[in-house]
Amino acid sequence: MVPSLETSAKRDVFFTVNGETKKVLAHPMERLLDVLRNELGLTGTKEGCGEGECGSCSVLMDGMLVNSCLIPVAQASGANIVTIEGMSAHALLLPLQEAFLECGGAQCGICTPGMILAAVHLLDKKPEPTLAEIREGLAGNLCRCTGYMEIFEAVATAARQRVGK
Amino acid sequence: MRADPADYCLASPGSLLAVLSMLAAEPAQWLPIAGGTDVMVLYAAGKLPNRKLVNIWNIPELRQIEVFPDRIRIGAACTYTALRMHPIVSQEFPLLATAASWTGGIANQNRGTLGGNIANASPAADSLPALLVYDAELTLVSARGERKLPYRSFHIAYKQTALASDELIRDIFLPRRFSGYVSHARKVGARNAQAIAKVCLAALGRLANGTVQDVRLALGSVAPIPLRLVATERELLGKKIAPSLLVTARRSVTGEIRPIDDIRSTARYRAAVSGNLVVEFLEKLASEGENA
Repeated sequence: MVPSLETSAKRDVFFTVNGETKKVLAHPMERLLDVLRNELGLTGTKEGCGEGECGSCSVLMDGMLVNSCLIPVAQASGANIVTIEGMSAHALLLPLQEAFLECGGAQCGICTPGMILAAVHLLDKKPEPTLAEIREGLAGNLCRCTGYMEIFEAVATAARQRVGK
Repeated sequence: MRADPADYCLASPGSLLAVLSMLAAEPAQWLPIAGGTDVMVLYAAGKLPNRKLVNIWNIPELRQIEVFPDRIRIGAACTYTALRMHPIVSQEFPLLATAASWTGGIANQNRGTLGGNIANASPAADSLPALLVYDAELTLVSARGERKLPYRSFHIAYKQTALASDELIRDIFLPRRFSGYVSHARKVGARNAQAIAKVCLAALGRLANGTVQDVRLALGSVAPIPLRLVATERELLGKKIAPSLLVTARRSVTGEIRPIDDIRSTARYRAAVSGNLVVEFLEKLASEGENA
C-alpha cells in the first residue's frame, strides 16, 4: 500500500519548532519559510532571494543549517526545527548578540537572523574557528550593508569569549 | 509568476520500491526531489514543468556511504556535507571532497546531493569532472530491474541523459585505486566562492621514471556536457613532462573542448583558462609525481 499518492490537497504536518510540537494544515509543496512566517507567526525568518542564494531564511533542521525557502513543508514532517526565535535559550546567543553590537555586525537587520544561525551552526561544530572557517561558514549568507568584516569579527569575538580567551 | 502550492502534488511514499512503482505507473510524470536545491528554485519561479513530485530525501538506502575493499558506494541522495565529512572520500577521493566544498554555501551543502548534481546534468556542475576522472559507475534502478552504467556514458547532450523516464540513480560507485595519484582540482569563477564555474578542472596523474604512466583530465563548463579530455590524455601518455609537451597539451585541450560565450564568460577566455589549468596540473605532476 502506498499512502496518499495524490497529495496536492492540504493535510496535517507535524514537526517540532523551537522545542514545541506543532501541527499545521498545509499543501505539501508549501515552502517551510512560508509556513513558519504565515502559519506560525515566526517572522524572524526572512525571505531575501527566495532561491537559496542569500541565507536570510536560514533555520536549523535536525541540527543542520538549511535554507527554508528550498524546503517543501512535507519534507519537514517529523523534523526538529529551530528558528531565530528559538535561539533565545541557546548559550551562544548572548555572546553573539553582544559581539554583533560591539563590532557593528548588524545594520539593516535582514540578514542578521540567518547570520546568527549560521554562526551558531559553525561554532557548535568548530568552537575556535579560523578566519577562513568563519568566512566559509557564513559564505551562504549575504549582507548588503556591512561589508562582512564586522560580522566576521563579531563571530570571532563571540567564539573567543565563549572559550574564555 | 510565483508557483501556487495548491497546483502541485508531493508524495512521500518512504521506500525506494514504492517510489519506483510510482515512476513505473506514470513515467515522466513524477519528478524526484531530494534536497531541492535545484528543483525548489525552478518551482519558486513558476518554471517547474512537472506538477507531481516524489520525495526521495527520506529513503535510507539513498543516504548511505558504504566502504568495500575495492570500491565505495555513495547513495545518490548523499549530501555534499556527507561527502566532505566522510574520511575515505576526503582521503582517497580529494577531488570529489574539494568539489563538494565548492558547491554553494554550507546550507546548500547540507541539502544538495551528488545524485541530484548528476541528474540535473549541468555542464557547469562542480562535482561531475571528479566523477569522470575517478571512473565512477552508476546503478540505475526502476521497477523493471537495475542496470550498471559507466558514468562517462550518462550524459548524451546538453541536459540530456541516459536515465529512462521510470529510472532513478541509486548508487555511485568509485573504485579505490587512485590514492597514489597526484590530484589537482581548480575552479575559476567570478569570485573565489559562491560562483558558478567559468571553467573547472579535475585531474589525476601518475609518473614512473619521469614519464606519464596514467593521466586523467576532465573539465566543466567547456562543452554541452562535463568533458573527459581523452585525446589530450592520449597525447600525454608515456611522455616526459617538458616545455614542448606543455605546448602540445595546451593545443590539444583547445582542440578538444567546445566552449561557448554565455552570461558567465566567453569561449576565448574559457579556452585560454582550460589550457592554463591543464598546464598548471602537469607542472604539479612533474614536481610531485615521482614521490607520490
